[in-house]
Amino acid sequence: MAERLLPTPSHTIGPFYGHALPFPDGDRIAPPGHPDAIGLHGYVYDGAGAPVPDALLDFWQAAPDGSLGGAPGSMRRDPSTGGFLGRNGVDFTGYGRVPTDADGHYALHTLPPGNPGLPYIGVCVFARGLTHHLFTRAYLADGADPLLDSLPPERRATLIAAGGGAGGATGGADRTYRFDIRLQGEGETVFLEFR
Amino acid sequence: MAHPQPSTRPPTQPLAQPDMDAEIEELQDAYDKAVAGGAPVLHHPRRDYAPYRSSLLRHPKQPPVAVAGGDPEAVELSGPVFGVTDITEHDNDLTVQHRGEPIGERMTVSGRLLDRAGRPVRGQLVEIWQANAAGRYAHLREQHPAPLDPNFTGVGRTLTDDRGRYSFTTVRPGPYPWGNHTNAWRPAHIHFSVFGTAFTQRLVTQMYFPNDPLFRYDPILRSVTDRAARDRLVAAYDHGLSRPGFSLGYTWDIVLDGPAATWAEEGR
Repeated sequence: MAERLLPTPSHTIGPFYGHALPFPDGDRIAPPGHPDAIGLHGYVYDGAGAPVPDALLDFWQAAPDGSLGGAPGSMRRDPSTGGFLGRNGVDFTGYGRVPTDADGHYALHTLPPGNPGLPYIGVCVFARGLTHHLFTRAYLADGADPLLDSLPPERRATLIAAGGGAGGATGGADRTYRFDIRLQGEGETVFLEFR
Repeated sequence: MAHPQPSTRPPTQPLAQPDMDAEIEELQDAYDKAVAGGAPVLHHPRRDYAPYRSSLLRHPKQPPVAVAGGDPEAVELSGPVFGVTDITEHDNDLTVQHRGEPIGERMTVSGRLLDRAGRPVRGQLVEIWQANAAGRYAHLREQHPAPLDPNFTGVGRTLTDDRGRYSFTTVRPGPYPWGNHTNAWRPAHIHFSVFGTAFTQRLVTQMYFPNDPLFRYDPILRSVTDRAARDRLVAAYDHGLSRPGFSLGYTWDIVLDGPAATWAEEGR
């Protein structure tokens, strides 16, 4: 690709996006009541181990059939009131947006990604104090993978969500995955660069 | 795992502006010397930019890991799409979202969303948010004692057109104080959140107005240590965009970084 233009620099999302960017159903990519729905949740921590209550996470993933085309309608609107209608419960948009709670926790409800190789969900982290967003991946399984295999074991582990095995709280398969994001210091999450 | 507890922050002394200026200029000089010595130009801000105090505990110490050779199957080479169902008619006019008109200098902000090859990003979502004319956000955590405007929320959305163009009608935001150091003020700005054709091109940034005297004092703008890169965050006054008897025009093009899967889908 010929790169003739220089990019617009990133800037921090700041503290005041809360009335602008989050939207109802941003955390619910899965249609309501879908039998294959999974949960991905965790905390975002800073370099002192404190939870980050003002981070915003963007998620992007393949549909269960592997499609990467997405679909409009993540933030479906009501033209008569200007409000939000929520997702239509049929289209799989592949996109989610979740602000962390006051305790630094987030939760995403989605369907298993069907990308080739190990399934993963792409994550983009924004926060007050973070001048340039950070990309990472929440892998829902461990195994052979070009990125994971390029990392030392302790760093590799930061990209693999815990859980998803048998024996969940209800006795059936556990469909909830835990993925914490550590911005700095011990156990720092592997962040990615795309060139 | 233990439930997360708030922890002690590193001690931060309230700094006066001259102390902040010295920190900023020291990092500017170091960057300029590095580039003069052959180091690469940095188009984006440093994440470890100490003058912006909130960055201290929120930047990784490890370098980012390159997803090697542009893994052609990387999910991030594609990205979310949006459509007419995701916006409403008045989303791109922030002056008509309430019963009355907001106070302030009415303006049009318009520009093109491009990739680094100069190709327009069509039909994609652009979101903005901003303070009102008095420098106050309609946000609960905002404590600046400037008036709220009952006729201004300061939130807009639009889709780019077939040429990648976006356009918003709004009022010019005011500068506002913040707690980074004593007498810290943010230059007037509009926050932008944009998408490209790939998730890799995601961008959140801020647009500034020409010749703001606060630029040199602002550690957020100065976290972009490259002067030419900083200039790319400043809109240009565009008399051709001004509407007679109605609003002043500003032009600001946005160029997205990062690779994408294919150009074949650009007509979508």
